[in-house]
Amino acid sequence: MPETSTSALPAAVTEHRRHPVRAVPAKFWIITLGIAAAVLIAAFMTIELRGNLGYALPRRAVKVGSMILVAYAVGVSTVLFQTVTANRILTPSIMGFDALYVLIQTILVFTLGGGALLSLGAPVRFSIEVLLMVGFSFLLYRWLFTGGGKSLHLMLLVGIVFGTMFRGFSSLLQVLIEPSEFIILQDLFFASFNNVDAALLGYSAIAVAIVSAMAWRMRHSFDVLALGRETAVNLGVDHKRAVTTTLVICSVLVAVSTALVGPVTFFGLLVASLAYQLCANFRHAAVLPIAVLLGIIALVGGQLMLERIFDFDTALSIVIEFVGGIVFLVLLLRGKVK
Amino acid sequence: MICVNGVTKRYSSTVVVDGVSCRIQEGGITSIIGPNGAGKSTLLSMISRLLPMDSGSVTVDGLDVVSTPGRDLAKKMAILRQDNQLTVRLTVRDLVGFGRYPHNGGRPGPGDRTHIETAMAYLDLTALADKFVDELSGGQRQRAFIAMVLAQDTDYLLLDEPLNNLDMKHSVEMMRLLRRLTDDFGKTVVLVIHDINFASCYSDDIIAMCDGRLVHQGPPAEIMRSEVLKDIYEIDIRIEEIEGNRIGVYFA
Repeated sequence: MPETSTSALPAAVTEHRRHPVRAVPAKFWIITLGIAAAVLIAAFMTIELRGNLGYALPRRAVKVGSMILVAYAVGVSTVLFQTVTANRILTPSIMGFDALYVLIQTILVFTLGGGALLSLGAPVRFSIEVLLMVGFSFLLYRWLFTGGGKSLHLMLLVGIVFGTMFRGFSSLLQVLIEPSEFIILQDLFFASFNNVDAALLGYSAIAVAIVSAMAWRMRHSFDVLALGRETAVNLGVDHKRAVTTTLVICSVLVAVSTALVGPVTFFGLLVASLAYQLCANFRHAAVLPIAVLLGIIALVGGQLMLERIFDFDTALSIVIEFVGGIVFLVLLLRGKVK
Repeated sequence: MICVNGVTKRYSSTVVVDGVSCRIQEGGITSIIGPNGAGKSTLLSMISRLLPMDSGSVTVDGLDVVSTPGRDLAKKMAILRQDNQLTVRLTVRDLVGFGRYPHNGGRPGPGDRTHIETAMAYLDLTALADKFVDELSGGQRQRAFIAMVLAQDTDYLLLDEPLNNLDMKHSVEMMRLLRRLTDDFGKTVVLVIHDINFASCYSDDIIAMCDGRLVHQGPPAEIMRSEVLKDIYEIDIRIEEIEGNRIGVYFA
């Protein structure tokens, strides 16, 4: 295409043609998805509700609450992570964050013993795990993201190596511990929405609220960070600090979602990619709520289908991983890796 | 004034920039020239705090670039590198609007709009304002990024090969624009440039680098001499004076 003033005409033409596509504002999607999510939540709470309401309703509320919290944690952590690494294919899960969390849980059971760990009580145990998670992800990942000029392929490779290493180490320890301890461990990470501990949900919500406040204070710099390190530095953002803070936020959010439902590798990628596709507006004020709402719809809608249609025959994570894995492959094949 | 004091950068055993010291005066265009691998871009990156230096220091109007808060520096100096890839999809106007970030902290005010529109008009981008940056040609994208740093409205403008991707017409326009910025608004422009003739015609001061060292610094009349250029580039360059400009002929 010819440049400069001579291109005013073709530019105007393309402008005109693409206008209808871009006319859907982010607000429309936020409202539509918000309504859809609310309807699904209401349906989940009320369908086939009979018998003792005092028993059934709180149980369903805990389930819905944990799904919302997981959708929030996964959506926000993925989008923010992709922002500070300035790419759209790496997610905390692909980089091995949740494998690290599983490894931390395994090491705790291995060293302290399952019984001792459980006797600590959910708040203490959860706090220890989250703190270890933040510390280790800080040590392991900070060097990778704060310096300039590391290629995406290197990061992807490091993520795969880390993830495999954490998982391998976890399974080694799991083989070594006693079978009874292993069962305790299995309960910890093959958690599903059907057996979420209400107390754990409360502590998770507090942790999520704290890191959300951290993210809220940085809200204006996220749009700038997405432009890449050099541009962000030029515009006066303290890149190293922003990336470090975001890494802490992401590790807490991953810890929360892994504690609640176990590792989900591609779920974050799925909701984040869909959110970018839907949202013509690149600003985080638009992308973040859309990603979270999509997550809620996927989880609550998926669980609803699972319980009512498939009669608990399969696990939600299998369905989500299947779809998310396909999205990951499509992104790779379409050359979104830059 | 930009003061560079004994700045060094090395990657493992290779020294890329070797104890460079120089002064860049306020107002006017300073061009950094030299063969490939001379350390020009590395030096510019260290001056603009994009790259940490191994030793030495740089001050811009007395502000140390390592210790001064990023936002204060961003109001004083803007830097644009060569290849600017975006992962986000945004329009030219949005991109240029980011230039106002150091001033408004992400909350655009009424004054920002004028800066944005003026910067786009300066770079002939008004017709493209609502196009997405990834739909632009290389040259248009380059201009969009330059409009962004222009909207940043800083005293110092550091550009790494701004003529990359630009055709002859746009190269000349870009250099004229930079000249106007220095003459009309008293801005200080520092650029890494490969075309010695552009450097000769438009610069007030030329810094020549070779093998990581600063080998010559002076006005074009001093640098644009066959023996000096031979020292820098190791080829014979004949100098002709055309309409008061010293032009190097090296094509044959």
